[in-house]
Amino acid sequence: MKHLLTAAMPREEAVALLDLAEDMHQIQEREVKKLPALRGRTVVNLFFEDSTRTRSSFEIAGKWLSADVINVSGKGSSASKGESLRDTGLTIAAMGVDGVVVRSGASGAPALLADWIGRPVVNAGDGTHEHPTQALLDAFALRRRIHGEASRGKALDGVRVAIVGDIAHSRVARSNALLLPALGAEVTLVGPPSLLPPAASDGTRLGVRAETSLDAVIAEQPDALMLLRVQLERQAGKVTPSPAEYITGWSLTDERLARLPGTRIMHPGPMNRGLELSSRAADSDASTVLEQVTAGVSVRMAVLYALLASDQGGSR
Amino acid sequence: MTHARTVLGPDEIARALTRIAHEILEANHGADDLVLLGIPTRGVHLAERLATRLTAITGEDFTARTGALDITMHRDDLRARPTRASHPTRIPATGVDDKVVVLVDDVLYSGRTIRAALDALSDLGRPRAVRLAVLVDRGHRELPIRADSVGKNLPSARSEHVSILLDEVDGRDAVTIEGGVA
Repeated sequence: MKHLLTAAMPREEAVALLDLAEDMHQIQEREVKKLPALRGRTVVNLFFEDSTRTRSSFEIAGKWLSADVINVSGKGSSASKGESLRDTGLTIAAMGVDGVVVRSGASGAPALLADWIGRPVVNAGDGTHEHPTQALLDAFALRRRIHGEASRGKALDGVRVAIVGDIAHSRVARSNALLLPALGAEVTLVGPPSLLPPAASDGTRLGVRAETSLDAVIAEQPDALMLLRVQLERQAGKVTPSPAEYITGWSLTDERLARLPGTRIMHPGPMNRGLELSSRAADSDASTVLEQVTAGVSVRMAVLYALLASDQGGSR
Repeated sequence: MTHARTVLGPDEIARALTRIAHEILEANHGADDLVLLGIPTRGVHLAERLATRLTAITGEDFTARTGALDITMHRDDLRARPTRASHPTRIPATGVDDKVVVLVDDVLYSGRTIRAALDALSDLGRPRAVRLAVLVDRGHRELPIRADSVGKNLPSARSEHVSILLDEVDGRDAVTIEGGVA
């Protein structure tokens, strides 16, 4: 693995990354949260879009591995003075940086950067395209909920996951639709017709099954229900349901929650309580929301270690 | 490739581990505060075998005092080698503070693994003392490190390859040596 640009990866590689994250996860229970593996490495978090949790998560992950982490935000940087992505990337690379974590509103920006700067690039979310570390942390948190301490080496075979919301604009949905099936999970996308991506000739969307009725999917009792944030900022000019229509059709209300006794409730955050899901759903024992946040640090430690620890590149 | 010569068989490995178990108790004046930490992968199995013996000898349950200490993140050759997979660390519920921690590994060679283990251990707490038990000491130390208990001293050339085979991993117990300058 030279970069992490996409969540599309072979099953063995995904399981190996999750296992590595499982070993990293142990640091959470320690007094000294520091491993020396990336001592002397410098990682730049290059964020052209607002993000608190993803940026802090990468920052903590890098610091716990003893890397020096520098945050560069799009606002107030030379990007706002008109500098191109390429020039910004080359400038940062010229400072002797070992790896770049990039978030951009432009789909494909991390892949371009990876070509230009000749050092490891991690995609921390690009436009409506992908968010691979989010899919990895979702898989990690779900695997832990199901298998607990015995998670190592396991995948998600036969686990049924429904992803609900604005699928068309969601990089989280796309990355999960790539990663979870590779791990053996059965993914169903659920959303208003106007917010589903185009169907392929075989009827699938993003390579998986899609439905418009949340209630029909709830009747199937999925193992996990992943609610996506309603992203008002990505829907400009699109035909979308009103909040009231959205709640009626696709929100995890208290009433729907009561019909899902054994289903884990997932949300990538930040949550709009009352819109994507009720407060009771968000705070229920079935909710994995905070476990997902914790998993994020472990998964990002695993990714940074896999990309940056060795000068010889990955063994897998 | 020359033929691999067997240096220790299953019975000799069993006897060496029994002797090491007694040495650990003798040096510690009993079982108090002892914690065993095996270094993955084969050191973990050796620590578990020692725990079985210590339980039999003392009547105290040593399985609850036995764990695993992964050293991957503390290695000094991470940059120079392809990316290494890590292993789980399992620390007994008692922790390591003020305990006598016995590190257990299969082969003692350059000493760099043990250096990494001492660093990893210091991030987990402050043991009262740290001891080292190994099944084979093949020499060629690159650091000032020595073992407290050794199953077999095996003088070897650097060009020789020493293999520790354990039933749990390899399906049989043996220590073999092969290669070397023709």
